[in-house]
Amino acid sequence: MNTIVCLKQVPDTETLIKIAGTTIATEGIKWVINPYDEFAVEEAIRQKEKMNAGAVTIVSLGPDRAIESIRTALAMGADNAIHINDGAYYDKADPFATAAVLAAAIKGLSYDAVFLGKQAVDDDASQVPAMLGELLGIPVVTQVLKFEVAADKSKATVNREIEGGHMVVEVPLPAVFSAQKGLNEPRYASLPGIMKAKKKPVDVKNAAGLGVSSGPMTVIKELSLPPARQAGKIITGDDAKAKAAALAKALHEEVKII
Amino acid sequence: MPGTLIYAEVQKGEIKKGAFEITSKAKEFGGEVSVCIIGKGAEALAPQLAKYGADKIYVVDGPEFENYIPETFVQAFAQVAQKVQPSVVLASASAQGKDLMPAVAARLKVGAVSDCVEIKKEGDKVIAKRPIYAGKAYVMIEALGNPQVISVRPNALGIKEVAGAGAVEKVAVSLDASKIKAVAKEVVIAASTEPDQTEAEIIVSGGRGMKGPENFKMIEDLAHLFGPTATTGASRAAVDAGWRDHAYQVGQTGKTVSPNLYIAAGISGAIQHMAGMGTSKVIVAINKDAEAPIFTKADYGVVDDLFNVIPALIEEIKKVKG
Repeated sequence: MNTIVCLKQVPDTETLIKIAGTTIATEGIKWVINPYDEFAVEEAIRQKEKMNAGAVTIVSLGPDRAIESIRTALAMGADNAIHINDGAYYDKADPFATAAVLAAAIKGLSYDAVFLGKQAVDDDASQVPAMLGELLGIPVVTQVLKFEVAADKSKATVNREIEGGHMVVEVPLPAVFSAQKGLNEPRYASLPGIMKAKKKPVDVKNAAGLGVSSGPMTVIKELSLPPARQAGKIITGDDAKAKAAALAKALHEEVKII
Repeated sequence: MPGTLIYAEVQKGEIKKGAFEITSKAKEFGGEVSVCIIGKGAEALAPQLAKYGADKIYVVDGPEFENYIPETFVQAFAQVAQKVQPSVVLASASAQGKDLMPAVAARLKVGAVSDCVEIKKEGDKVIAKRPIYAGKAYVMIEALGNPQVISVRPNALGIKEVAGAGAVEKVAVSLDASKIKAVAKEVVIAASTEPDQTEAEIIVSGGRGMKGPENFKMIEDLAHLFGPTATTGASRAAVDAGWRDHAYQVGQTGKTVSPNLYIAAGISGAIQHMAGMGTSKVIVAINKDAEAPIFTKADYGVVDDLFNVIPALIEEIKKVKG
C-alpha cells in the first residue's frame, strides 16, 4: 500500500506564545511534528508493515527548519519526502492555499491513501483535510480512530469520531483520512532509523514548480493575546469539610450557579 | 442586498442550538437571512427557525440524508448556496460543521475561517475573531472571496429570539451518486445524555491527582448534581494514563471549552490544559499542592486532598440545593 502523509511542523504544545506583529515571536520555540500528524505518520507506517509492501511519502509545506520534522518521520519509517519550501505559502498559514499546494504535490503520485492530522495545533483550523479531498476529487473521512484496509486495497473500513460516539464508514480507496488522537501510539525513531533517514530522498520544491498560483483565501488583520487571568481567592477552613462548605456557599451566593 | 445562508445541523432528530445562535446573529448583518436544513425529517423541524430570525428556510429532506456523509451533504448544500447566492455562509463549528464547511469552501473556491468566537460586519465584509494555539492567542481574520464561509464555536454568541419571515421551501437537490463513495455502516452513540464538553455549561474535570480510573465516579457524581448541562472532563495526564477516553480530554490536544463553571480536580494546570479552558467564566481548582500553577488562574482555590474535598462538596451542594 502506497500512502502519502501530510505533515506540518508546529511549536511544541508547552510553548508560551508571544506576539511579533501579525505573527508569533519564534525565538526559543521548540519545533515538533504536529501531534495529530504523528498519528498519521504512525498509521501509514503500520499499514505498510502489515502489507509488507508499498512506500510512505511525507509531504510537508514549511521553511528550512521543517526538514528536521521530515527527517524524524523518515526515521520513524517513512521512505521519502517532498519538502515544499515556499515562504509565500507557509508564511500565510492559509488552509486553502496550503491544501492547493499539497494537492498539487500529491496529484502526480501513485497512492492508495492520504493521511494527515485532523488539525494542526498552531492554527487549529481543521480545514486542510476536507479541502484536500475536495481538490484531489477523492472522499475524505475525518477524525479517524480506527483504520482497516481490505486485503485487495480496494476499500477501507474506519471508525470516525462523532459527537457522543463514533460512526463506522466504508470508503473506496484512494481517500483522505484525518487522524484523531486514539488512532495509535506513535513510535519513537530508533537509532538505526535515524541513521537511515539521513540517506532517504527529500525532494525540495516550490509552489511555482508545482504549478500552483492560487494565493491565500484568508487574511489576518490582527493578532492578540487573551487578557491574563488573575488568581482569585484561596478558600480557607479548618479541614476539607469546612473548605467544601465555604466553596459550596461561594458557588451558591457569588457565582449563583447552584 | 445579498444575505447570509446558514447551515442548520440536525442531530438526534432536533436542530442543534448552534444553528439558532448563528441565525439570530445573522439578522444583525442586514440582508435576507436564509437557512438550509438538511436531514431525514428536517421538514418538520424547519418552522422552528423562524423564531430566531430566519426569513427563508430551505429544506433538503430524504432518507439519503439520515446519516452525515460529507460527499452527500456538500453536494446538497452547494446547490442551495448556488440558488441563494449569499455573501456570507455561516455554520456552527460542531464536529459536523468543521467537516462540512471546508469542503463547501473548496468547492466554491472561496476562503473559509473556522471555529470563530466573534463575528462582526465591517463595511460589506464579515470579520471574525478566532483562537489559535488552543486559545493562547487570537486573530482577527477575514475570509476572502464570495461568499465568505465562517463557522462559529457553539455557545460563543448566545441565542436571541428575533422574528423572521420564516418562509419554508422544500428543495429537490440532484445528487451525483458517482461522487458519493463513502457509506455509513453503523452509528454508535453512547446512551449518555451528557452534553459535549464544547457545549456544556458546567464541566468537572479530573487529572493525575485522581490516581486511577475508578475514582472518576466521584467526578461524575459531582457533575450530575449540576443537572443536564453539566459533564465531565479530563487532563491529558489522565487520558494518557488510560483512565479516561480521549473524548473527555480538555486542552491543546483535546477540546477547547468555555463553560460557565470549570472545576479542576487534581489538575496541576500545565500550559496545554490552561489554553483549553482559560476562557471559562469561573474556574475552581482543587489540589493538595499549593504551588500548582492552576491556582494562579483559578477564581476559587481549595488547597487540600481532593479525596476529602469532593465527597464533602457533594454533600454541601446537596444541602444548599435542599
